[in-house]
Amino acid sequence: MQRYILQRLVQGVILLVVVTSVVFFIGRMTGNPVDMMLPEDATEEDRQDMIERLELDGSVMDQFGVFIVDAVQGDLGTSIRYRQPATDIFFSRLPNTLAMIPPAMILAIAMAIPLGILSALRRGGIIDRISATIAVLGISTPNFWLGIVLIYLFSVTWGWLPSSRMGGPLNYIMPTVTLGTFLVAGFMRLIRSSMLETLDSEFVKLARIKGVSETAIVWKHCLRNALIPVLSLWGVFMGGLVTGAIVTETVFAWPGIGRLTYEAVIFRDYPLLQAVIIMDAIFILFINLLVDILYAYVDPRIRFE
Amino acid sequence: MDSAPVLEVRNLHTHFFLRRGVVKAVDGVTFSLKRGEVLGLVGESGCGKSLTALSILRLLPQEAARTVEGQVLLDGEDLLAKSAGEMREVRGQRIAMILQDPQTSLNPVFSIGNQLHEALARRPDERGRSLRERAVDVLRQVRLAAPEQRIGQYPHELSGGMKQRVVGAIAISCAPEVMIADEPTTALDVTIQLQYLNLLKELQTSLGMGILFITHDFGVVARMCDRVAVMYAGRIVETGPVREIFDNPVHPYTQALIASVPKLRDTAERLRAIEGQPPALSDLPVGCRFADRCPHAEPRCLEKYPEAVSVGENHTASCWLAA
Repeated sequence: MQRYILQRLVQGVILLVVVTSVVFFIGRMTGNPVDMMLPEDATEEDRQDMIERLELDGSVMDQFGVFIVDAVQGDLGTSIRYRQPATDIFFSRLPNTLAMIPPAMILAIAMAIPLGILSALRRGGIIDRISATIAVLGISTPNFWLGIVLIYLFSVTWGWLPSSRMGGPLNYIMPTVTLGTFLVAGFMRLIRSSMLETLDSEFVKLARIKGVSETAIVWKHCLRNALIPVLSLWGVFMGGLVTGAIVTETVFAWPGIGRLTYEAVIFRDYPLLQAVIIMDAIFILFINLLVDILYAYVDPRIRFE
Repeated sequence: MDSAPVLEVRNLHTHFFLRRGVVKAVDGVTFSLKRGEVLGLVGESGCGKSLTALSILRLLPQEAARTVEGQVLLDGEDLLAKSAGEMREVRGQRIAMILQDPQTSLNPVFSIGNQLHEALARRPDERGRSLRERAVDVLRQVRLAAPEQRIGQYPHELSGGMKQRVVGAIAISCAPEVMIADEPTTALDVTIQLQYLNLLKELQTSLGMGILFITHDFGVVARMCDRVAVMYAGRIVETGPVREIFDNPVHPYTQALIASVPKLRDTAERLRAIEGQPPALSDLPVGCRFADRCPHAEPRCLEKYPEAVSVGENHTASCWLAA
């Protein structure tokens, strides 16, 4: 187990180097931030001055060298727009993004597990049909559209909920619903199909032969097996949520990582963009490692060799 | 061995109600199992053997399957008349069952001990042992080596033969009156099949269970069973003591089955197969179901189903030739 984790960490470092390089060079291809920051009537002298101040002089390779040396020491540069260390900005926004995950995940799982199980148990029944409809709507409704419709109805028309930014608990409702709707669909369908598979298995037949109650069959024998594939999907969704739901955060002007990523791209804030993507990559690596470790707890067949 | 039957199945009908029609998979099966007896239920795939077993336990595989007629008497009580809750008390405690494939019949995510405890916990121990002690004991009874270590292990850490011993241990954990063994050795390596059969025989003798032994293999029947019931297309066509059936098979289907068992002596001869296919269970003929494959078929065989007639001591057959 320890050896496995160590191995994964080494792989993670290699991956980070690759991600870092790719982000650095692709970022430079998007254009020059100086053009965006200076007024139209700026002189060539002002331009040169700014380039030097932003350390954008020298060839791209030289800049990359400086960047890597700094990065290894934990310095991912200073944001051009905010004039603060990029990592500081990232960590100041991170709690806002993390705050949105538990409500959205709880909503999704609290709906998906019972509905997934019930639709598997009563296949073709009313609950199965209702939840299939919810799933299709959830997957096919774009987040930006749902967000805007919610704002239009609950904020603009009825004035019940605040339309944007963080604040009290009411501010969480619409972003949670917007994110949760998407998550519910995936979880629910996956739980349904893996429940159907395990309900039909020989070990469930043997459990019934032993006289195990239907409750224990569903909640113990089936669910534990059915959750194995769900764990993978959970990891994928968590990766997406931790790195910020760009669309949802932008629609609700939520000051999280997703919105920060969007801003960094729009303002060609290279150091900030690099920092955000690198931190995202680190988070995703850790979530994947966490999912792998959880796997071993849920499924004894998985051993780390 | 002329004691009262522990399990009696009378005129059992289990049908599948499908959109394309009714499939009469079990269509009037009658047999009885005496205490401490091994009854072989023999027939080719799809003849309704396994469905008969599942009908007895009332664990039909699909919603479309229903037992529509008949009685299943356990010590004289009709299981088909019991409530779902009462039926759960019967399963595992009074009737146990061993499934065919040990690779799939244990839950992969729970330890052997956990899966044994579920069965053991249903009956309090008269000697006051802990669940763990009882689990070790019952694994010892099925001759699994190093039982103390096994209970902490998971199914994937055991071989197929070991897993089938665990399934056997689960089956005997509540000292059932009846054990149903549904082709318990078919999925095992040939080298360990014999060991497993010997184990079952030994357990049956020491625990005094009646075993309903489902198989398609007459060689296994000869080794294991006291009596045999031959099933064809949803019905029992011949019943009798094993010796009698082997020496003097009356029904042409039984004769053909016994003839198809390869013998070591006639190596040069081709294996004998029964020509043709069994009838579709959704469209059964009115007469004898074996008639169109039978070398001795007469016109009356096609017109009317032959009722079972006695052809010897404890030996009955459903064939016009015997009538």
